[in-house]
Amino acid sequence: MALDLSRNHFELFGLPARFDVPQARIDGAYREIQAQVHPDRFAHAGEAERRVSMQWAARVNEAYQTLKSPLKRAVYLLELQGMDVGAERNTAMPAEFLMEQMEWREAVEEAEASRSVDALEALHARLRGEMRAQYAELGRLIDEVRDFEAATGLVRKLMFMEKLQSEIGDALAALEDD
Amino acid sequence: MALLQIAEPGQSTAPHQHRLAVGIDLGTTNSLVATVRNGVAVVLNDADGHALLPSVVRYAPDGSVAVGYAAQAEAARDPKNTIVSVKRFMGRGLKDIAHAESAPYDFVDAPGMVRLRTVAGVKSPVEVSAEILRTLRLRAEAALGGPLVGAVVTVPAYFDDAQRQATKDAAQLAGLNVLRLLNEPTAAAIAYGLDNAAEGVYAVYDLGGGTFDLSILRLSKGVFEVLATSGDAALGGDDFDQRLFCWIVEQARLAPLSPEDARLLLAKAREAKEQLTTHAETRVTATLTSGEVVDVVVTQQQFWDMTRHLVQKTLAPTRKALRDAGLAPEEVKGVVMVGGATRMPNVQQAVAEFFKQTPLNNLDPDKVVALGAAMQANVLAGNRTADDDWLLLDVIPLSLGLETMGGLVEKIIPRNSTIPIAKAQDFTTFKDGQTAMSLHVVQGERELVSDCRSLARFELRGIPPMAAGAARIRVTFQVDADGLLSVSARESTTGVQASVTVKPSYGLADEDITRMLKESFEHAREDMHARALREQQVEAARVIEAVESALAQDGDLLNEQETATIRALIEELRAALPEPADHRALKRLIDKVAKGTEEFAARRMDRSIKRALAGKKIEQL
Ligand SMILES: Nc1ncnc2c1ncn2[C@@H]1O[C@H](COP(=O)(O)OP(=O)(O)O)[C@@H](O)[C@H]1O
Ligand SMILES: [Mg+2]
Repeated sequence: MALDLSRNHFELFGLPARFDVPQARIDGAYREIQAQVHPDRFAHAGEAERRVSMQWAARVNEAYQTLKSPLKRAVYLLELQGMDVGAERNTAMPAEFLMEQMEWREAVEEAEASRSVDALEALHARLRGEMRAQYAELGRLIDEVRDFEAATGLVRKLMFMEKLQSEIGDALAALEDD
Repeated sequence: MALLQIAEPGQSTAPHQHRLAVGIDLGTTNSLVATVRNGVAVVLNDADGHALLPSVVRYAPDGSVAVGYAAQAEAARDPKNTIVSVKRFMGRGLKDIAHAESAPYDFVDAPGMVRLRTVAGVKSPVEVSAEILRTLRLRAEAALGGPLVGAVVTVPAYFDDAQRQATKDAAQLAGLNVLRLLNEPTAAAIAYGLDNAAEGVYAVYDLGGGTFDLSILRLSKGVFEVLATSGDAALGGDDFDQRLFCWIVEQARLAPLSPEDARLLLAKAREAKEQLTTHAETRVTATLTSGEVVDVVVTQQQFWDMTRHLVQKTLAPTRKALRDAGLAPEEVKGVVMVGGATRMPNVQQAVAEFFKQTPLNNLDPDKVVALGAAMQANVLAGNRTADDDWLLLDVIPLSLGLETMGGLVEKIIPRNSTIPIAKAQDFTTFKDGQTAMSLHVVQGERELVSDCRSLARFELRGIPPMAAGAARIRVTFQVDADGLLSVSARESTTGVQASVTVKPSYGLADEDITRMLKESFEHAREDMHARALREQQVEAARVIEAVESALAQDGDLLNEQETATIRALIEELRAALPEPADHRALKRLIDKVAKGTEEFAARRMDRSIKRALAGKKIEQL
């Protein structure tokens, strides 16, 4: 099958392999390509074309999922550089960072226990602000300094933070569902 | 758009011929059919001028089936054989159905999906829905003067895989070729967006008779991108009726009611509810079978107070969708209101308060879904014109995953993923010498399997015996553009491959569908084989046309040998077309062409992507 898997996501989207890519360019390339391959364009075509279209559309969606999320994009870039980012489970994180994380978690648990939507939303916003700063630093490490070791360390921290963020989201949803 | 003008894929080079296609809104309460005529989407009325077809089916003792108003008229007299709101039962087991005990039906618990015992026998909700769809198909064929190429059938965005599959089966049973299952709020967004040339982030708030959907979309340069969707597949106007009904029973101090009386009072409650949309108070009067007279007055304020929790209940999914989309209510440019129940002033007010803006009411909440579906059907059938350069990117509403150790769920595809999508994950064996692995596919957001919906169970056998943890079993989830899932599993460490593909079912096996199809065609005195043959002939002609147009456009992608092979394949198909042995023989030839042209299709796709990106780069200079 000529589904060309050798092109990486950046090549597929015609984008430079950098962390700092304007969201609008990623979105634009995605739409251009999806407009060519989406199954809705082939609903009336032959079966072969419908099948190929479905494979391509899924492939393009996958690439978009990776490229549009800053965390996934960074992981992907670092993996292209041969870094093993997924090893976070057996890597010790700095004690200071772990302390911080524990404090965050306590705050979230407290807000959950007191069933405070406002407190959870405030935590959500604060964490978002903090992550924004970290992502800026990540961009510098990958694109300018090209210190992939340091970038990998930061990505692992951001993984923790994103996880925490989605847990706050779940806690909010659980409160609202009651 | 791209600077290089590329011929639309799927667009025929043959002289333009309009293909008959419709959009169908299969609602809990009302259903409609619409089509695009001379470039304008219109709802097709019945002979009496009604646009809406009440989603009511009655099985009479003489074997006849009534659908719509005729059936509705009998609902109070013959509640057991008159099925209303059947959509609530699609893809659902008995235990999933709210108020099953107070419903006037004779339910039969069956694995996967509940059945209903009627005077005409035990019916699956799929069969009941098919009656509604068949009525609409016949209405459309009469109005348009010929058989349909296909239909787009809408489903609530929050429908899970079982409910979607059930809907698709119902359409097939009704003799419809399903071009696509389309989410109702997305259909509404198409109709609204195309009519108003809307750009920006919009929310669609769809409160119908039995379901609530909330979708957030970004409309930009002809692309309709669903950012997030949420909802409640069992919340709608019916619940407001039920609440008012209970209140009336309390007020009038009524003893437990017979099914007939319950149906009557429920209908009265619904009338009163609709009255209260425009009146400050209304009177409910009814004479029960015992001769007892019910006479109570209810005010708008009383009604709003007793249903406040229901209105509030719609806001939780609304918040969730916004959060998933990463947006605040203020960032939404407009709120499109869909579904009859959004006419209630208390709903309008709650939505206005939440989004801090007046909702958009400049379209008919009853028709907008069918109209959007018709626009999509028109394009999918191959009637795309230069004005139809729009694209729809939709998502799955609920996460898909597998059961892992301890009854926990491992999510494979998260909710709000854009479809189509394919994702693979590796698993391993946990016992030495383990040769089989059972897989349990579930859908839902909760961590425990028992809190999610079970979609399918299957077993992968023939794994070569290995030490625990050594096998590598790759499980692939694939969701197509209809939002339907298929799952396959393969062991690949030793090169030995064991694979199995499962499409989730909900208790209706393929054989059941085939049997029902057969019965329904016998019923209509139509020959199944003749029909199948006709369908394959149409398909074959379509394939020939598609391949020829592809050769005309992109023949240079093939060498002489390859061109000759493909030409031989289509000539073989063309030769068989006038007098095929049977539909299976024709299908085999069609499959052969499909296989033989796959590489060509892939190269063409590649070319069109490169051209699209090249066009973009020139633009950016
Ligand atoms: N004027 C009205 N006031 C209040 N509710 C209404 C009004 N008109 C229709 N409805 C309610 O809308 C619901 C049906 O909406 P509809 O969009 O047709 O549902 P569905 O899509 O589920 O078939 C019913 O519960 C009906 O009572
Ligand atoms: Mg509806």
